[in-house]
Amino acid sequence: MSWDFINGHLNYWLFTVLMMIGLYIVVARGNLVKKIVGLNMFQTAVFMFYISLGKVTGGTAPILPVHGGDHGDIIYSNPLPHVLILTAIVVGIATTSLGLALIVRIREEFHTIEEDELLRIETDLSRAENRQHGQAMGGRA
Amino acid sequence: MRHHLILRVVTKLLVGTIILFALYVQFHGDYSPGGGFQAGVIMAVAFILYGIVFGLREVQAVFPVWIVHRMMALGVLVYAGTGVLSLLLGFDFLDYGAFAPEHPSHGQHDGIFAVELGVGITVTGVMISIYYAFAARPPRISDEEW
Amino acid sequence: MIELLINFVLFFMMVVTALAVIRLQRLFAVVMLSGVFSLLSALLLVTLDAVDVAFTEAAVGAGISTVLMLGTLALTSRTERSSSRSSFVPLVVVAVTGAAILYGTLDMANFGSAQSPAQLGVAAQYMERSPHDIDVPNIVTGILASYRGYDTLGETAVVFTAGVGVLMLISGLYRRRRREDDEDEGPGVNT
Repeated sequence: MSWDFINGHLNYWLFTVLMMIGLYIVVARGNLVKKIVGLNMFQTAVFMFYISLGKVTGGTAPILPVHGGDHGDIIYSNPLPHVLILTAIVVGIATTSLGLALIVRIREEFHTIEEDELLRIETDLSRAENRQHGQAMGGRA
Repeated sequence: MRHHLILRVVTKLLVGTIILFALYVQFHGDYSPGGGFQAGVIMAVAFILYGIVFGLREVQAVFPVWIVHRMMALGVLVYAGTGVLSLLLGFDFLDYGAFAPEHPSHGQHDGIFAVELGVGITVTGVMISIYYAFAARPPRISDEEW
Repeated sequence: MIELLINFVLFFMMVVTALAVIRLQRLFAVVMLSGVFSLLSALLLVTLDAVDVAFTEAAVGAGISTVLMLGTLALTSRTERSSSRSSFVPLVVVAVTGAAILYGTLDMANFGSAQSPAQLGVAAQYMERSPHDIDVPNIVTGILASYRGYDTLGETAVVFTAGVGVLMLISGLYRRRRREDDEDEGPGVNT
């Protein structure tokens, strides 16, 4: 584990730390809005991880100089991860907005956005349904 | 928001600048960071800001709901239409060489312009209509309780 | 050297923001901090030479996303109820996932290396041929709209679908029609 190895991989590990904090928020917290916030943070950390794959030391943004100039001397960072992550950001906002719309509807139907209470309400509902259908079919299902 | 004078005055000054900036980003996507997505989002932000400060009815008087809903589909139509147009001109789908057969790289400019325009229109429409949908519901938390 | 310092400071601020989001119970503050997180990540992306992505992340993450979440808060609730669950299982899950990812990064190329597989594949060809084929200074726009134009068409369709989906969920049209059928009186708010 030379210093060069650690130096070269430190950024990947740091972005992994951010990813894990976001994942922890999704798994450990019950409030639906907070889960969405945690998911967004996880997503953003993944984007930064991916883009750091394309960075070249001493490089610059992949925009060619407009007025001719010396194209040969300039090192550019890799533009392909940028393109993929641009698409990913837009898809991310699409899914976030759909998730938020779902949360609004859930609040309207069940009057809560906490996961524990939702689970309880759903268990009660399915038990009541089982009882109802069981009686209709002549006994416990 | 009636009593927030500073917000109202600053918003009136800013909305025009934001729209102008959005158009700049849209059309200079070739030469500087930018393009359809960023421009669409910034344009939507201008109208959302106006709607937050002045009220939903005011902004819907400027930008009616039916226009916004049509814009969502219009952008995708423009994008796919560019591809179909190049098909009709005898080239492959989304082959921008169709727009300037003797100078393929000039055709790229036209094709990219049309395609980014489609993207910008769709993104603007979608963001504003999502905001309209959220803002039209009566809120459960009044302004004083925040 | 100074760039390394900037990166570390930004990263440290992002970690502090993320930890604060875990602890806070006022959802308004959580949403604001998520906007701050997006803005800091946009800054970090600039130091990674991804200017287009930083632009989009700042506009989308710190702009639209914050507005939509605040709109959701106004329609749902202001605070998070404190849960009594133990945090042991989530910590185990996070630790296992993190260890797996760290193990995966061990045989990746060094950060910034010009010989990594990402730099030597198709991307090198794009950068060589782009001045001749497309002649557009912003290579990212060229790849997005020309070389990978078909993907961008699909992405635009995804954005359109998300808009239609949100409208189907909360435009209130079904409720208004049902109310009209029942001949009830309701506020005719336009969506």
